[in-house]
Amino acid sequence: MLQLQNLKKYYANQKAVDDVSLHIKKGTIYGILGPNGAGKSSLLRMVTGITIPDEGQILFDGASFDANQHSRYIGYMPEERGLYKKMKIGEQTLYLAQLKGMKKIEAMQKINYWFQKMDMHSWWNKKVEDLSKGMSQKLQFVTTVLHEPKLLILDEPFSGLDPVNSEIIKQEIYNLAKAGTTILFSTHRMEQVEEICEEIALINQGKVILQGNVTDIRNQFKHNQYRLIIDRALQGYDNGLISQHNFEYIFQFADQAASKALLNHCLQQNYHIQTFQEILPALSEIFIQQVEGSTASRQFTK
Amino acid sequence: MNKIWLIIRREYITRVRKKSFIVTTLLIPIMMFGLFSLFVYMAIKSEQKQTIVINDESGVFINKLDTVQKSYTLVYDHLRSGEENKGILERNKADIYLHIYPFADNKPDSIHLFKEGGVSLSAKSFINDQLDNIFQAKQLQDAGIDKMQIDSIQNSVIQIKSFDLKDNKETNSEIASSIGYAMGFLIYLVIFIYGAGVMRGVMEEKTNRIAEVIISSVKPFQLMMGKIIGIALVGLTQFMMWIMLMLLLQLLLPLFIPGLTEVLHSGVNVPADMQNSMSGLSNPENMGVIKAFMNQNWGLIFASFLFYFLGGYFLYASMFAAVGSLVNEDPQEAQQLTIPVTMPIILGFMIMATSVKDPNSSLSVFGSLFPLTSPIVMLARIPYGVPAWQLILSMVLLVAGFIFMTWLSAKIYRTGILLYGKKPTWKEVFKWIRYS
Repeated sequence: MLQLQNLKKYYANQKAVDDVSLHIKKGTIYGILGPNGAGKSSLLRMVTGITIPDEGQILFDGASFDANQHSRYIGYMPEERGLYKKMKIGEQTLYLAQLKGMKKIEAMQKINYWFQKMDMHSWWNKKVEDLSKGMSQKLQFVTTVLHEPKLLILDEPFSGLDPVNSEIIKQEIYNLAKAGTTILFSTHRMEQVEEICEEIALINQGKVILQGNVTDIRNQFKHNQYRLIIDRALQGYDNGLISQHNFEYIFQFADQAASKALLNHCLQQNYHIQTFQEILPALSEIFIQQVEGSTASRQFTK
Repeated sequence: MNKIWLIIRREYITRVRKKSFIVTTLLIPIMMFGLFSLFVYMAIKSEQKQTIVINDESGVFINKLDTVQKSYTLVYDHLRSGEENKGILERNKADIYLHIYPFADNKPDSIHLFKEGGVSLSAKSFINDQLDNIFQAKQLQDAGIDKMQIDSIQNSVIQIKSFDLKDNKETNSEIASSIGYAMGFLIYLVIFIYGAGVMRGVMEEKTNRIAEVIISSVKPFQLMMGKIIGIALVGLTQFMMWIMLMLLLQLLLPLFIPGLTEVLHSGVNVPADMQNSMSGLSNPENMGVIKAFMNQNWGLIFASFLFYFLGGYFLYASMFAAVGSLVNEDPQEAQQLTIPVTMPIILGFMIMATSVKDPNSSLSVFGSLFPLTSPIVMLARIPYGVPAWQLILSMVLLVAGFIFMTWLSAKIYRTGILLYGKKPTWKEVFKWIRYS
């Protein structure tokens, strides 16, 4: 769907995007992760055609990216949200849809559909300045997806959203992905990524540090740690035990055979096993580990 | 192209629907019409009469002041013994008290005017003129010169009629200069008002952060041009409305001032001074003014007004757009940044002010060719007649200047509109132009 090849974007005194190559498959939810100032927005702006890369190439559906031709198929919600404050909501939504190349009748149908769905029908004649912050973000999301983009680019989509609206938007993202929309979004909040993304790229100081499937990445960085919770104190087994809290034990083994040995021991001794799981590292841990010592990682842990 | 049209339409419709647009479009002609009718009304209805009581101790002026002036009634009287200035006014039911002290060495010594609340300028100048005339006549008489003779000599004025060699039409430089000034001023105003409108529009889009959303759908250049063209159409609409409303109101004028048609057509039942000023129209000198006014090449003036209005507006609008894209939230920043744009407009205005007096000086010619000043300066020269090659060169340069400026501004605009946070320096802006 989207291929970025050796993209570079330099500003006067810094490399905002430094040799980034990514491959984003159709229908995936792809997360671009990184601390503030890592170059996420600069990268997304190039993909939307707002800025032109200094070097490298973008392929959209296999063809060289051309903003004139492809902007019709892209929906973009920038980090800094914005709408005309004094324009009526209905007219504004129609205007933005028409700018994307939709016919008026077609656009009106879509607007009706989304306004109904998002419970916004009474808003038509209101102005944006009359809306609350949460409401206007919902509206912004609708204006972004109205023209049914093949590629949806969301820059920090959840920042500033209350939990209710955040959940609504998350649900819509799932739905769109299920319907075949490719979603590319950036965030600096790792827990969201683990929750919704299938694939990610970790970016720091303009460079990709890690990329791939979320589960694969976590497996790649696992330490072979296991958590065991049983109904009484564990006796006769302390091989690899690193910590213990009541009846919860954490083990670290050299290989998988050792974990099987532990499980066998528990079964033989007739323990009631509540939990036995492998502990995978959180993405934030992996990230911090990867950029250890750099200024970005310190900022990130805060 | 389709997208630019959408942008033009939005810019146009949102502005035309604004209350402020409707109010100014309707109010300005009504205000101008109101002012005009007020003048006419004042001219027709003579001022409230004032009585002047004159205490002439010199004896030179007694019974000699001109009573033709309808605005004043004159009474001659003396102060009674022990009477205050206020007393003589009340006794004669007068408004102004003129006290002329005895002459010293055959020359006026002290002359004082008194009035409750101070003497108005017109009353003072009326009295001053009268006294001047009478005293002058007396001096001439004393010297043995006949006043009538002097008058007839003074009235034999030499009149010069000027003609344009090209078509032998009578020209009038006063008329030409006032038309030129009015046109130049109008363009100056239009550039400022609508140019600033473009700048505010760009600033609004930038500070609202909508620019980034729109630029993901259209090119920055389309957004900028859409706005500029949309606002130009708003300006043209407003002009048309003004002209139409003025014409309409002008037809209604006789309804508001019933006496006017009579004044214009018959001259019956009109106060004497009004008749005087009206009959001035038939005097040959004034006829010349009207003829010169009609002789102006109005077709050329209107056509060039439209051309320079659009050319000047487009040239400056793109510059204003570029400036708007550099501004963040702070309106003071906008003021600083507009200086490089407003300077040439003001320069143009200054050259125009000298051009109406001297339309063929090298400064005027330069000003009317240089694209940044030509929209204002050329219009001041046109009523005098401009060589065709200069007019064509000026127009070509203006179009070239407009294209160049738009190209330059678009480069600044497309970087500036996406840049939030700190204000860029001019050095950085030049870098954008060079590298983008």
